[in-house]
Amino acid sequence: MPADLRLLDDDERSLVGLVREFCDREARPQSHDFESKEQDPAPLYRQLAELGITGIPFPEEHGGAGQSYSTYLLVIEELAHAYLSLAIGLSVHTLCAFAVNQFGTDAQKKEVLARLTTGEWFGAYSLSEPGSGSDAAALSTKAARSNGGYSLNGGKVFCTRGAEADVVLMMARTGPEGARGITAFLLEKATPGFNGAKKEDKMGWRSSPTWSLTLDDVEVPDSRRLGDEGIGFKIALASLDSGRLGIAACGIGLAQAALDATLAFTTDREQFGRPVAANEGVQFMLADMATGIEAGRRLYRHAARLRDAGEDYSLQAAQAKLFCTDVAMKVTTDAVQLHGGYGYITEYPVERFMREAKGLQIVEGTNQIQRYVIGRRLTGA
Amino acid sequence: MNIVVCVKHIPDPNIPGELEGGRLKRSGVQGVLDPGDEFGVETGLQLKEAHGGEVTLVSMGPPTAMEAIRRGLSMGADKGLLVSDDALQGACALVTARVLAAAIKKSGPFDLVIAGVESTDGYTGTMPSTLAELLDVPQVTFVKRLDSADGTIRADRQTAEGYQVVESPLPALITVTAGVNSPRYASFKGIMAAKKKPVDNLSIGDLGLSSEEVTSMQQIASVGSAEARKAGEVIEDDGTGAQRVAEFLKEAKVI
Repeated sequence: MPADLRLLDDDERSLVGLVREFCDREARPQSHDFESKEQDPAPLYRQLAELGITGIPFPEEHGGAGQSYSTYLLVIEELAHAYLSLAIGLSVHTLCAFAVNQFGTDAQKKEVLARLTTGEWFGAYSLSEPGSGSDAAALSTKAARSNGGYSLNGGKVFCTRGAEADVVLMMARTGPEGARGITAFLLEKATPGFNGAKKEDKMGWRSSPTWSLTLDDVEVPDSRRLGDEGIGFKIALASLDSGRLGIAACGIGLAQAALDATLAFTTDREQFGRPVAANEGVQFMLADMATGIEAGRRLYRHAARLRDAGEDYSLQAAQAKLFCTDVAMKVTTDAVQLHGGYGYITEYPVERFMREAKGLQIVEGTNQIQRYVIGRRLTGA
Repeated sequence: MNIVVCVKHIPDPNIPGELEGGRLKRSGVQGVLDPGDEFGVETGLQLKEAHGGEVTLVSMGPPTAMEAIRRGLSMGADKGLLVSDDALQGACALVTARVLAAAIKKSGPFDLVIAGVESTDGYTGTMPSTLAELLDVPQVTFVKRLDSADGTIRADRQTAEGYQVVESPLPALITVTAGVNSPRYASFKGIMAAKKKPVDNLSIGDLGLSSEEVTSMQQIASVGSAEARKAGEVIEDDGTGAQRVAEFLKEAKVI
């Protein structure tokens, strides 16, 4: 039972139709193979570019499709329904493109954004460091003035597609301690001194490479500094507000996939002479799963509509990320439970969904940080 | 090179079909561009990319058949022409060929008409040959590979034993086999652009066809279910298993 398309406009329905076709023919059938081989699905990213969905929410003058963020999130949800790691990759790519579109100079939009929107380049985002995760403003990677540009030194962790991406939005310290000493840079792949040091071995999202990155005297010209010195943390947080909606949509797509698999399994599997789904206890679990998903979908789409209308949406973005990824964790856990022994083996996809849901509760601000953001907004603290 | 591709909007073949008065139910069911026609559209687009020109999609069907034309336009075709008329409901292959021939003539001069070998719903396989006759152009059927140069086409034509290499002057009509190429996906920009591409809606009156010409010549006497697939034969190996398998394959002319 895929997401309801009845209230979408023609453009949105066409787009979702296109993405579903790609998911059915390409993404879903290949997902298990890429996941089990822990291989980045580079050919699928190239196809996303050919389909013209690597720059949906960006202006047409910079190669984008000029669509709303709400429309873009429909695509993310559909991709996540088929293949979460691929949806995460596109979400991270959009995080990077968003920052260039929002804070870049005209030249940067021409040189970087236009390449990102057309999918000639893929982007990544790098904020976390070994000593600064949730407390991101404590980062210590240094960017010192050098040869008319900057020289970057330090190390980053947990960067999705950090070594595969063509450009990484990189936060480094140009000033004093704290948030105001941070500056954003657009670091191109293969810049000398910039290396992927270690690809992490993860619980889930195994075909979405997560890198520790090292920066040793990496020379970055002024033309690749994004925004003024000292506003890097603002850029990082603004990007995360947007990105959180992408992760929320990923959670709903993943949860829907788990529910769909569970409906198919429990209506087909018979025990005690009748389908497992004929038991009221099972139906109650399915009902809770479906209702949680639909509530989450409304929440993230409401936040996206606020964003599209130019309203402040950071509270709703935090609520959507928190709720949708918690729903994904609960729904995927119940999906494994309702599959019984078959849920615990890799022949069925739901054990993978459960491992993948856990990651969504952690990235782009843990769900504890989301509660912190929400609490501060509510109390004005 | 002006290329015309015949396309058909058919009930989604992935959903079990229903009958309505001895015919496949078409209204109110999910429709798609015939997957066989996607190969024709792709062939047309590749020729256009190599030689320039225009790709025109021509279809006959109810107003919903516009979805098939839009699909082809979003893949990259330039314009479309749909003949839609209540009088054409349940049209036979001959009537379909007459209507498409009139529509193609009306759309202007052409170099090549492309069709699938047969539709995925009707399966008569007779429409393209009839169309070639009505257009008075040579036809090359079962094309699995195609080149074009200097006003001619050179095609590999699939046969039961292998393939024939056939040359034909243009204008001509070809039918392409499934697998002749890999049909491209529509892109999102293609979908958006398709909405602005010109599409003509014509009735049989616009084509100057008389009601006799569009009266079906065939009648469906009855429709029955295909024989259910029989269970396979299980050979227990009592020492002669290999020999019996070999005999079975020999009988089936596989070896």
